[in-house]
Amino acid sequence: MINIQNLHKKFGKNQVLSGVDLSIEDGGIFAVLGPNGSGKTTLIKSILGMVIPNKGNISVLDANIRNSWRYRQEIDYLPQIANFPGNLKVKELIRMIKDLRQKPSDEEKLIEVFTLEPFLDKKLSTLSGGTKQKVNIVLTFMFDSPLMILDEPTTGLDPLSLIRLKELIKEEKQKGKTILITSHIMQFVEEMADEIVYLLEGKIYFRGSMKDLKTKTGQADFEHAIAAISTQTADA
Amino acid sequence: MPKKVYLAITAMIFGASLYGETITICPSCEITSIKKGVELASENDTLLIKKGTYKEFNIVIDKPLTLLGEDFPIIDGEDQGEIITIISDGVTVDGLFIINVGTSYTSDYAAIRVVKSENFLIQNVVLEKLFFGIYLEKSNNGKIYHNKIIGDAVDEYNSGNGIQLWYSKNIVVENNIVQHVRDGIYLEFSDNITIHNNTSSNNLRYGLHFMFSNDDIYTDNTFENNGAGVAVMFSKKIKMQGNTFKKNWGTASFGVLLKEINDAEISNNTFEENTIGINIEGSNRIVYKNNDFINNGWAIKVRGACYTNSFVNNNFLYNSFDISYNSKLNDNVFENNYWSSYTGYDLDKDGIGDVPYRPVKLFSYIVNRTPETIVLLRSLFMDIIDFSEKVSPVFTPDNLVDASPMMKKVGS
Amino acid sequence: MLKILKYSFYDLIRSRWSYVYFLFYLALGFVLLFLNNDLSKAVITLMNVIIVLVPLIGTIFGVMYFYNSKEFTELLLAQPLKRSSIFLGQYFGVAGSLTLSLVLGLGIPFVLYGLFRSEAIWDFTLLLVTGAFLTFIFTALAFNIALSNENKIKGFGYAVLLWLFLAVIYDGLFLLSLIVFEEYPLDSFSLAATMFNPIDLSRTLILLKLDISALLGYTGAIFKQFFGTNLGLMVSVGVLLLWTLLPIWRLSFKSKRKDF
Repeated sequence: MINIQNLHKKFGKNQVLSGVDLSIEDGGIFAVLGPNGSGKTTLIKSILGMVIPNKGNISVLDANIRNSWRYRQEIDYLPQIANFPGNLKVKELIRMIKDLRQKPSDEEKLIEVFTLEPFLDKKLSTLSGGTKQKVNIVLTFMFDSPLMILDEPTTGLDPLSLIRLKELIKEEKQKGKTILITSHIMQFVEEMADEIVYLLEGKIYFRGSMKDLKTKTGQADFEHAIAAISTQTADA
Repeated sequence: MPKKVYLAITAMIFGASLYGETITICPSCEITSIKKGVELASENDTLLIKKGTYKEFNIVIDKPLTLLGEDFPIIDGEDQGEIITIISDGVTVDGLFIINVGTSYTSDYAAIRVVKSENFLIQNVVLEKLFFGIYLEKSNNGKIYHNKIIGDAVDEYNSGNGIQLWYSKNIVVENNIVQHVRDGIYLEFSDNITIHNNTSSNNLRYGLHFMFSNDDIYTDNTFENNGAGVAVMFSKKIKMQGNTFKKNWGTASFGVLLKEINDAEISNNTFEENTIGINIEGSNRIVYKNNDFINNGWAIKVRGACYTNSFVNNNFLYNSFDISYNSKLNDNVFENNYWSSYTGYDLDKDGIGDVPYRPVKLFSYIVNRTPETIVLLRSLFMDIIDFSEKVSPVFTPDNLVDASPMMKKVGS
Repeated sequence: MLKILKYSFYDLIRSRWSYVYFLFYLALGFVLLFLNNDLSKAVITLMNVIIVLVPLIGTIFGVMYFYNSKEFTELLLAQPLKRSSIFLGQYFGVAGSLTLSLVLGLGIPFVLYGLFRSEAIWDFTLLLVTGAFLTFIFTALAFNIALSNENKIKGFGYAVLLWLFLAVIYDGLFLLSLIVFEEYPLDSFSLAATMFNPIDLSRTLILLKLDISALLGYTGAIFKQFFGTNLGLMVSVGVLLLWTLLPIWRLSFKSKRKDF
């Protein structure tokens, strides 16, 4: 699904990614983790073509993404901060994204799931952070693409919505999709992820299943295992 | 009784022809040339010239005659020289079409020349392909009426003037059209001339040109698209009224040039789209009244010493520059004019602005000094500089103000 | 690109600022015409407004829109869209809506006043065309500045500085150099210097119409050829087009290489 070779990225003097090699097979949920500033978002944005790498190759669905944009048709992306053009109404935003992607979509069910009907005619600038995130989720999940990238999907959600979101993600997984998630909520990651990709100082420090991680760190608990992996490096 | 009076008047007007005989000239008549006709005619006879082409030049009219053309007979000079020369008093030329006057660098050949004669009338004549058109030489008390002079002048040095008056007095020049010659109408040492309702356009040099001529009046003429409109030089007591000066564009082009002119009156004229409306050099005691200056580059450009002129009740509308001075001294009066770029107010509602208007901009001073700066016309930077100069004049005459600018257009 | 243009445009024509801008011109048009009752004078005043205010508003609006729509841009970047279409679409949306405000704001009072029956229609059309050009040029410059500066304050500062430079300082330096070198023939220099500033260029275009009588008063042969024939008009419009296309091209070029 995704194949990354020797990816380097520098912002000014700041080397963010230094030689990332990663290959993600079809199907399953992959959690991209790492401390702040480890390059998670940069990695995701590189895959999306929003960040242009200095060096290295990325291919999505067996095609190199350099100078290409059509492959994004096959990706549903949930951005971290859901901040939309304030003058638009929710309805209009959904219509616009549909119009831009020209793909069959299933937003009605999602609107129902997240009880967004009362907000459809409201302007985006008047919505609360949580509601915006729900809109964000609708926009991402309403299409049926083989690859999903979710950047901090749980931000601002109330418990009920969080449960609904988890269900949604699981459903998508059942369909055989590849899902990339970043999150700071370890509980959420533990529950959802099949595999962990741990980034540190611009490199992939660990890649494997939850079990591998626990074995490697000798910790029984996931959260501690993650903490341990960070301290290990600090020691090293 | 009224019938008798009428007859008497008719008799007086056509007096000459009533007494004389009529000699008919036509290509198939007994007399086929005008020269022959003149030779055979007695005083006060009429030569009736019928339609046809007469290839003649140097026709000398030495007795009082009337040359009357029927259906515009063509007199073709074939570029040989002068065509008609009048050396007798009381000659009338009417209804001829004269072409191909000879061009020479040594003598000023004219289509019709009047030499030392009086009481002549030249009317309804059409002149084409000419060198000089109608040339009056020391001739007085005549009239040049309703003629059309269309030249093909290209260069100043080998072209002549449409109507030229030299040492002539009491002449009326009326309803003529003069185009494409050097100077449309030229006056030298000619006094008491009336120039009325003529149109002088597309001439190489001036539409109308005065030199050393006094007490003349020109009214209701139109001067358009000439090398430069009207030049009035070294003359006194000229009246200019109701004329239109239009589109005289070019480097040294103007509606009117006044050079060493005293005691003139310029009123009710319209100056529109000229590079310079009026260019004044060394002219004194001139009254400018009720003129309209519209869309000129410079409405009025004052160079050199000009004293005691007064500008009253004129409209200055949308000129790039209203007034330009090249000195810091001012002895001229500006009063009750309307300035379209005036931005003051009238709190007491008496129709006169409460704040004086300064018609000379600093920018016009700068352009005088460095002409290329004209490309900065109407830029914000210039507006700022002009504003600061307005507040405290440094480079422009500080007493040059219209203290009573009108709030509304004069005459509207 | 057209879709982005459409959405940016819709977004903008519903924003408060477009209305303010539109109402400002509407009010200006009405005041100039109906208080003054003089079409020619109104055209001259408008010219001053257009060459100063239109670039300023284009610049500020461009920078503001670019920074404010950062998230929207990021949302679009993740969609299957070409980068240059996103930016060009947004650019044309902003420039288009500004131009529309200008043309309608000024056009309505003039049409009501009876412009179509007046001789000033060509002067007025020229004014609007110049205004449109300036909007497109300065919005493009503003987008370029914003694209190259992550820091909003910096970007804003540069943009205002750019405007100040082109609207005032440039002409000051220009005038100074003309006066300092006044002994030399300067007509080609002064025409060339005009070409390097879109505001001066637009001004020249308007001068050709309003002040041709004065312009023809200068002796230089190149001047005469430039202002006396259609050459001036053609060259000015050509260079203005270049001024519009170059920043747009750079915008599209730079946008391909930028990280978000």
